[in-house]
Amino acid sequence: MSKQTISLTVNGSQVEAAAEPRTLLIHFLREQLSLTGPHIGCDTGHCGACTVDLDGQSVKSCMVFAIQAEGAEVTTIEGIAQPDGTLHALQEAFRQHHGLQCGYCTPGMITRAYRLLQENPDPSESDIRYGISGNLCRCTGYQNIVKAIQAAAQALTSVPEAAE
Amino acid sequence: MIPASFDYHRPDSVAAAVALLSAHGDEARVVAGGHSLIPMMKLRMAVPEHLVDLRDIGELKGIEVEGRKVAIGAMTTQAEVIASEALADVCPILRETSLQIADPQIRNLGTLGGNVANGDPGNDMPALMQTLDARFRVTGPEGTREIAARDFYEAAFFTALAEDEILVSIHFTAPAAGHGYAYEKQKRKIGDYATAAAAVLLEMESGQCRHAVIGLTNLADTPLVATAAAEALIGSPVDGPAIAAAAAAAEAVTEPVSDGRGPSAFRTKVAGVMVRRAILRALDRAA
Repeated sequence: MSKQTISLTVNGSQVEAAAEPRTLLIHFLREQLSLTGPHIGCDTGHCGACTVDLDGQSVKSCMVFAIQAEGAEVTTIEGIAQPDGTLHALQEAFRQHHGLQCGYCTPGMITRAYRLLQENPDPSESDIRYGISGNLCRCTGYQNIVKAIQAAAQALTSVPEAAE
Repeated sequence: MIPASFDYHRPDSVAAAVALLSAHGDEARVVAGGHSLIPMMKLRMAVPEHLVDLRDIGELKGIEVEGRKVAIGAMTTQAEVIASEALADVCPILRETSLQIADPQIRNLGTLGGNVANGDPGNDMPALMQTLDARFRVTGPEGTREIAARDFYEAAFFTALAEDEILVSIHFTAPAAGHGYAYEKQKRKIGDYATAAAAVLLEMESGQCRHAVIGLTNLADTPLVATAAAEALIGSPVDGPAIAAAAAAAEAVTEPVSDGRGPSAFRTKVAGVMVRRAILRALDRAA
């Protein structure tokens, strides 16, 4: 039950840190790796604020032990913009369309939308609403979030190489 | 919320996983997708000293469809069930049901095996597996045996699975080509368990119902097969009186608890509504 070394790829970099098996991935990212973009919202798998990309799939990082992600590739909100700081189309669209108010759900929302648009580059409004149904926002009523994701989808399909 | 400490094991074969369960007895638990167990561990309602993660066991993965015979590995995720065209071709009710479970992130990790083996009355797959008359293949130290889905559930969280056995795969014969189907689930919000849900399979021939099965979710401490409700349809043209009789017969076998989803009597009524809607939709889809 002592600490074990966990190695994985996070936002393109190979990282290694020690953690107990009971350490949740969200705590590992935030406390061991200082990646505080993914938030802890409900801690019960409902709200999606802790959403990260794990081996090409959206998951809730409060529902996975860090040790289960041994050898995996993880992308957090910190890995979504270009290395030079240029915002991803989704981040730009959330800004343009006012897709946030308090901002607490935003990292999870954008990380989820990032994967959704790779699974379905041209989603209808209902595809988007269904696709983000695991992410709760208590401020916006979702209208501007949906508009932002629609705008980002348009921007990305007109420049397909920007999708990654 | 932080779970209690445990030793983590990641075996790469069913035999190795069973050996771990045999060695550690009731101090060990297997984890599939983790979306039922990990919340219980956070609440310290489950305190395993040994966690046996099944994620690396390749033999637990995959969907095989041969003719109408279907075999699904226990570690197949809900997302994989949804994505399988071969499965949707012969038995589309699986995809329809999976799409009503939780949300996209949870379906990416949540497994069919975890959903059926956990024994939670709120899970959707147990009633569907009973409706399909599926068989569960389980492996323990003594070898492999099969348990019918209809014999598997004993009470809430109590199943016929022994402590040192692992659910390996799920097997069933898909209903005849042209069958009608529907899974209707009333829930308060995305991600919630059913207030009441009904699975209906229907086969029609010359305007008469030749075969029907109706299953019910979260309406007792085990899933239910509503035999009398199905019998009310068989031999009928599935018209108003037959549907009303089926819904009443289904309501009669429910014993839902009163909880945040509503008082027991309300949930029983919702069960009747779900059965009626599922029959109508299945009828519409039947060839």
